[in-house]
Amino acid sequence: MKKSPLDHLLDWSGRILLTLILGFVLLPFIVVLIASFNDSAILSFPPKSWSLRWYANAIEYRDFGKGLVNSLKIAAIGATFAMIAGAGFAYVLNRYEFSLKTLLNSILMSPLIIPNFTIGLGLLILSTAASLPRSIWLVIGVHVIIVLPFVVRSVYVSLQNFERRYEQAAESLGAAPLRVLLTITLPLLVPGLVSGALFAVILSFNEFTASLFVVNQRTQTFPVAMYNYVREYADPTLAAVSVIYVIVVAALLLVVHKFFRLEKVLNVE
Amino acid sequence: MTKRPFLGWFALPSVLIAFGIAASFIAIVQYSLRAYIPGSLDPGGFTLENFTTLWKAVYGQAFVNTVLLCFWTAIFTLLIGYPLAYAMVRAKSAKLRSAILLISLTPLFLGEIVRTYSWIIVLGNRGFVNAALMQTGLIDAPINFMFTMTGVVIALVHFTLPIVVVMLAAALSHIDRNLERAATSLGAGRVRVFATVTLPLSIPGIVAATSTAFAWTFSAFATPQMIGGGKVQTISTLVYQVGFASFNFPLAASLSLVGLLFTIAVLAIFNTGIRRLEKIGGHSQ
Repeated sequence: MKKSPLDHLLDWSGRILLTLILGFVLLPFIVVLIASFNDSAILSFPPKSWSLRWYANAIEYRDFGKGLVNSLKIAAIGATFAMIAGAGFAYVLNRYEFSLKTLLNSILMSPLIIPNFTIGLGLLILSTAASLPRSIWLVIGVHVIIVLPFVVRSVYVSLQNFERRYEQAAESLGAAPLRVLLTITLPLLVPGLVSGALFAVILSFNEFTASLFVVNQRTQTFPVAMYNYVREYADPTLAAVSVIYVIVVAALLLVVHKFFRLEKVLNVE
Repeated sequence: MTKRPFLGWFALPSVLIAFGIAASFIAIVQYSLRAYIPGSLDPGGFTLENFTTLWKAVYGQAFVNTVLLCFWTAIFTLLIGYPLAYAMVRAKSAKLRSAILLISLTPLFLGEIVRTYSWIIVLGNRGFVNAALMQTGLIDAPINFMFTMTGVVIALVHFTLPIVVVMLAAALSHIDRNLERAATSLGAGRVRVFATVTLPLSIPGIVAATSTAFAWTFSAFATPQMIGGGKVQTISTLVYQVGFASFNFPLAASLSLVGLLFTIAVLAIFNTGIRRLEKIGGHSQ
């Protein structure tokens, strides 16, 4: 079919629109990349001289190092707890009917609706009222609550697409429930478990608002350390941190895309 | 052998977490009904004073600001997100589709701080946009984006865009292409096919995406805090300020509680909307 002038017009305006939108998405990251190499502590475009000093400063600044260690610790421990609780709950949700199931489900899913600042405030008030110390375990607790719905969802979806016949075959051959679980169910659930764990770690590592309410100087996470830096200093150190952050995340996504195809993970095929 | 193996063991951890969530919710409700004792973290006796305090202009303004931010952010995010999602699902070359996917989704995995900070560099008085406009001589004095609603909306649109694109792309990818082909074969042009087939079929996705954009904007904190800089107060920034500047936990609790009830009401309206639409359209998944 030959293209009419209108079709050409549509094609070209579509291309221009897409370029503009992608430009809007990418603009802040390009600008931050330029700003991170600016030698002066005061922002100027285009930079008059270039240097890597803000990268050196970012690496040397102690709160970033401490925050990074805290965030990795919180993400690892929090994701582990969320995986144990979330996978168990998804299984129970998929397989059994029991009293209070709906109530339990709505409570566990409520963090999807409750704003993070309210979750943070609630846990802060609770720990104050119960005179609990503001330790790293409080931060981990907040993160488990926030990431749990995502873990439950991704394991639950796996269970829904699950071939029950393999389990039934093992059972009919005399395997005990525990053996069926460990040798049939768990291995078949690995994709759901992996994507659940990925979501948990990424969300936990990025979480800022709720953490801000419950951390102290000692337990501050990486995002909180970054926020505190912007409040205290005006130099472009955070631009350098942002550039490293973007590169690491984009590289991780490329790897995930290679192995799992993001279209599939996000259900946009 | 029990009929329901593992039920207890598997449910136990999540039951404990549910107790934690319920307890912190009860703590908020409890504190919202208690008096504030200046200089003390412990609350006083029962009172409804916190809720009457919320009628003051500062708090009303924060509510109005939050609703306006949610409204404008949702509109602009949809206008920008729809073409992007459309291109992501429909672009002819697989390479282009992958590129669009990666570019538009990477921000989803960058925290609120990195993205907001980047926008400060773009929008500040000495930032990229103002420097570019002044050097080309288009303006003489910098345009104020910082500490204004416009600045906060721009950054919030960028913040909610990825999740909206994911939801719209999911909706668009589940539309049966045969319906469009049928329309084309009956002589409808591209514009007409889009306006009468594709767009109407994607409405449930649009409504779902709008409700998510609303929830994200409502709970956004770093963006209004850092770009609004205290000049654009929202419910989230006010809760933080009341909680940490004066340690008035009772008032912070009542403010979040009212905010939460408002969110639930709005999301409930969206949900009914989605259900109705799905019934009418017979939307197939």
